[in-house]
Amino acid sequence: MDPIRDSAVAIAAAVNRGETRASAIAAAIIPHAARVDTHVDAYLQLTPDLMRAQAERVDARIAAGERLPLAGVPVAIKDNMCLEGTRTTAGSRILGNFVAPYTATAVQRLLDAGALPIGKTNLDEFAMGSSGENSAFKMTRNPYDLERVPGGSSAGSAAAVGAFAATISLGSDTGGSIREPAAFCNVVGFKPTYGRVSRYGLIAFASSLDQIGPFARSVEDAALVYDAIAGKDPLDATSLDLRSEPTATNLPRDLRGVRVGIVKEFDTAALGESIAGCYHRAYEDLAALGATLVDVSLPTARYGLATYYLIAPAECSSNLARFDGVRYGLRVDGADVGEMYERTRATGFGPEVKRRILIGTYALSSGYYDAYYVKAQKARTRIAEDFSRAFERCDVIASPAASSPAFGFNAKSDPVAMYLMDYYTIPGSLAGLPSLSVPCGAVVPDGGTRAMPMGLQLATPLFTERALLGYAHAYEQATLHAEKLDPVEALR
Amino acid sequence: MIGERTTVSDDVRARYEAVIGIECHVELKTASKMFCGCPNAFGSAPNTNVCPVCLALPGALPVPNAKAIEQIVRAGVAFGAEIPAHAKFDRKNYFYPDMPKNYQISQFDMPLTVGGAVRYWLEDGTRGECRLTRIHLEEDTGKSTHASADGRLAGATSSLVDFNRAGVPLMECVGEPDLRSADEAVAFLESLARTFRELGVSDVKMEEGSLRCDANVSVRLRGAAEYGTKAEIKNMNSFRSARRAIESEIARQIAVIEGGGRVIQETRGWDETAGVTHTQRSKEEAHDYRYFPDPDLVPLDSLPAAVDAVRATLVETPYDRYVRYVDTFGIASKQATQLVDDAPLSRWFDRAAAASGQPLAAMNFVLGDLSRLANESGIAIADGKVTPEALAELVELTQSTTISSSAAKKVLEILWTEGGSPKAIVEREGLAQVSDRGAVAVLVTEVLDANPKVVADYRAGKTNVLGFLTGAVMKASRGKANPALAQELLREQLEQK
Repeated sequence: MDPIRDSAVAIAAAVNRGETRASAIAAAIIPHAARVDTHVDAYLQLTPDLMRAQAERVDARIAAGERLPLAGVPVAIKDNMCLEGTRTTAGSRILGNFVAPYTATAVQRLLDAGALPIGKTNLDEFAMGSSGENSAFKMTRNPYDLERVPGGSSAGSAAAVGAFAATISLGSDTGGSIREPAAFCNVVGFKPTYGRVSRYGLIAFASSLDQIGPFARSVEDAALVYDAIAGKDPLDATSLDLRSEPTATNLPRDLRGVRVGIVKEFDTAALGESIAGCYHRAYEDLAALGATLVDVSLPTARYGLATYYLIAPAECSSNLARFDGVRYGLRVDGADVGEMYERTRATGFGPEVKRRILIGTYALSSGYYDAYYVKAQKARTRIAEDFSRAFERCDVIASPAASSPAFGFNAKSDPVAMYLMDYYTIPGSLAGLPSLSVPCGAVVPDGGTRAMPMGLQLATPLFTERALLGYAHAYEQATLHAEKLDPVEALR
Repeated sequence: MIGERTTVSDDVRARYEAVIGIECHVELKTASKMFCGCPNAFGSAPNTNVCPVCLALPGALPVPNAKAIEQIVRAGVAFGAEIPAHAKFDRKNYFYPDMPKNYQISQFDMPLTVGGAVRYWLEDGTRGECRLTRIHLEEDTGKSTHASADGRLAGATSSLVDFNRAGVPLMECVGEPDLRSADEAVAFLESLARTFRELGVSDVKMEEGSLRCDANVSVRLRGAAEYGTKAEIKNMNSFRSARRAIESEIARQIAVIEGGGRVIQETRGWDETAGVTHTQRSKEEAHDYRYFPDPDLVPLDSLPAAVDAVRATLVETPYDRYVRYVDTFGIASKQATQLVDDAPLSRWFDRAAAASGQPLAAMNFVLGDLSRLANESGIAIADGKVTPEALAELVELTQSTTISSSAAKKVLEILWTEGGSPKAIVEREGLAQVSDRGAVAVLVTEVLDANPKVVADYRAGKTNVLGFLTGAVMKASRGKANPALAQELLREQLEQK
C-alpha cells in the first residue's frame, strides 16, 4: 500500500478493511506534501492538525464498524470553499484574514464520507483566471514543468493532485476552471451538471455558472468523489432535487454503440500540428473502442466567450459587492464610509477582479442592460439549444479541453489571450452541461523541451453524469495516458 | 435646506386638488427571516439573530421563506389582486453599510401580486377605494446607530450596525395616485394596516418600524387633466405624521405655484419637530440600481397552487366587516369602526349578535356597560367571563321586558365577576319584572284602597296623579312590577270604580 501514489478507491478500501489506518495515511502524506509544495506552491496553507484530528475520527468510526466511501483519502480544497476554522481567502487580499466560521456543504459531505482535509489550495483571485497567476499570494507551478503555469483558476487543486501532494481535490468551474488546469496537470477534472453539487459555502464568482467538482488521478476516483458530494442541499436553492445515480460502480470498458460528436466549428488545425495530431489520435482511440464518430454543429459556440464575459462579470460585480470592509476581511479606513469602501476595495482587489467588476457594472447599467446583459442571456439560450440539437445526433461531444498545453509564466499578458484558453469549455458551461477533462497524451509546446500533458474534453447532456464518467473511464483505461508522464524529478 | 412652515388661505387651497400615491413597507410576521433560518424577532440584543446568510459571509446563499411568499399571496388575494403564474426575485444593487450584501433581494418586473384595490372609509363614513399597482416581497436591512451626541450621522466619528433586522421579510405595497387628501391617505393606510393585522401578515407596529411609508404628492388646479410634478416624502413614522407631512407638502407646493415658481421632482424628508418637509435628493441624483434576476434563486412558478390554498382559508376583511356592520346591522360609522379596530372584540360581538339576533342591542351592551367593565378591570371583553351566548340571553331578557334596564345593568355586573347564565342570576337575585296581570292587579287594588283621596282627585280630572300612583305600585312591588303594566291596570281600575 502506497499512501502517496495509490488511488482513492484503493486507500478507502484498505482503510475500510482495516489494512491501514487513516492516521497512518495522514502521517505519511503530510511531510511528503509539505516537501513537494516547497517546489509547487499548490497550497495556501496545509492543515495538518485538522487532518490528524479528522483521521482519528475516521479511525474511530471504522473501529465502530462503519464503512466510509472515502475513508482516509487525503483531499485538498480550493481556497474559495469554506472550512470552519481555516483561513479562507479566495486568493484575494480582501479576504486575507478571513477565517470561515462554517463549512461548505460539499466539503462537509467529503468529511462525512471519511476524507482527510490536507490543505487549502491556491487559485486565481475569486476564481477569475486561467493560469493561477491572478492569485494575490503566490504562483503555483506546474508539477510537469515548474517554469509553466498549472492552469486556473483551480491552480493549486490541479497541481496538488498532479504532483501527488493530495489524492483527490475539490475545484470549482465557472468557465473551465476545473477542466483546463486538469488538462495542464495530467489529471482528471470533472464539472458536474450545474446544480448537482451544492454551492453553499463556495465563495461566489458567477452564481449561474459556478459548480464544484473533483480532481483525481483516475475517472473512477473522480466518480467516487462526485457520488459523495452530489445531491440536493436545502441551503442552496439552485441545487437540483434529483436523485443522483451512483457513478463509481460498473464503469464500462468500451464504447460500443456510443456516438461521439466532433464539433465542426472547433477547428483544431488552428491550434498547430502537434496539438491537432494529439486530438486526432484521441478521436481515433474513441473509435477504436467501438464508438461512432459523427460531425455535429454548434453554430453559436463562437459567441460563447463574448456571452460568458458579459454574464459572468455582471454576476460577479454584484456578488463581490459584499466585500466592503464593514463586517469582515480587509478594511482600509477613510474619512467617511465612501472613502473607506474605495480604499478597501482598491487595495483588496487585484487588477483582473477590478476589470470584471467594471465590465459587469457597465453591462448592468441602465441604458446598457438590454444591449448587453439581456442579449447575452438570449445568446446563452441559443447556445444551449445548439447543444440540445447536437445531442440528437450524438451521445457525447469530444473536443480539446484547452487551447494549448501549459504555457510559461507571464506568457499571456493580454487578458483576451488568457480568456481564449477557455474557448472550448465555456459553451458547455453556459449550457450547464456535465463535462470533464481526461488526460489524452502529451505535446512538446513551442519553445519547450518537456512533453506537457494534454486533456480531452467530453461533454454529455444535462444530468447524464453516469454516462459521461463511463465514456471517460473506458477511454482512460484503454489509453492510460496519465501514467506515461511523471512529475519533474524534484517532486518524486 | 431648512424650510419654513407654509400656510395657504382656505380659498386658495380650495382651487387646488392634491394627488397622492402611497408606497409602504411592512415587515411580515414570520417565525424566521426571508432567506435564512434566523428568528424574525424585535428587541433582541444587537447582532444575536444573525448567521452566515444574513451577514452575507463569503459563500452563503439565500433560500426563500415559503411562509412569507404565502403571506404576500394572502394579502394580494384579500385586495383582489392578480397573482401571476410566474414571479422572480431580482437584485437591487447599491452600497450601504447596513445592507450586508450591498444588494437587496427584491422583485423588479415580476412581483408576486399585480393590481387589486384597497377600500377604505373616512371618519365620517364616506367610503373610497385606491387601486394598488403591485405588492412585492423583499428583505429588510440592518440598523445603523451613529456614534454622535444625538445619534445622527452629522458629527459622528463612527457607526454601529445591528444586523438583527437584516433579512427580515418586507412587503412593499405600491398604491396608484388615487388619493386626493391627507385624510384619504391616512384612511388608506389604516385600512391596509387593519387588513394586514386581520390576515396575520404583520403586527403593523409603527413604533417598532414594522410599517414605514412614503408618499408621492403633487397638486393641480381643480379640473386639470394633467398631474402636477410630484415630490416623494419620506420618513413619516406614524399615521399622524403622515397626515401632517402630506398636508404640509400640499401647502408648500400650492405656495410655490402661487408664488410663480414650479415644483421640482425630488425626494423630501419629513421633519417631525419642525413640521416641514425638506429636500433630500433630486431626480438627477437618483440611483442606478442595476436590477437583474438573482441567480441564486429559482423563479417562483408554483404560485397558482398557493392561491388555491389561500382562497380556501380566506377571512372577511375589516372593510367588509365595517360595511356589514353599517349597512346590514345599522350600526353608526363611529361604533362600527370601534368594533372593527378591535379584532377579537368584533369576533366576540359577531357571535353575540348572531346568538341574539339583535345586533344593535348587543352592540349597545358591548360598547357601553361591557366596555366600561372591561376598562375598569383591565381584562378584554373577549377574555372575560361573559360569553357571547350569555350576552345574547341578556339582550333577550331586556327585549322581552323580563327585566328592566337597571336590572340588566346589575345582571351584567354579576356576570362580569362570576360568569354563568343571566336567567339564573335574574332568578337568584329576584330581578325579574312582575308582568303577571293578576299579581300586579292585587297591588293596584291595594294602592287604590290605601289612597282614596288621590283616587278622588283622579276622578275629578286631575289625571296627573297617575304618576304618583304608579310610583306607589312600584314601591309596593319593591321595584319589580312591570311599570307599563302597572299603569295600564291602574287606569283600568280607576275607570271602573
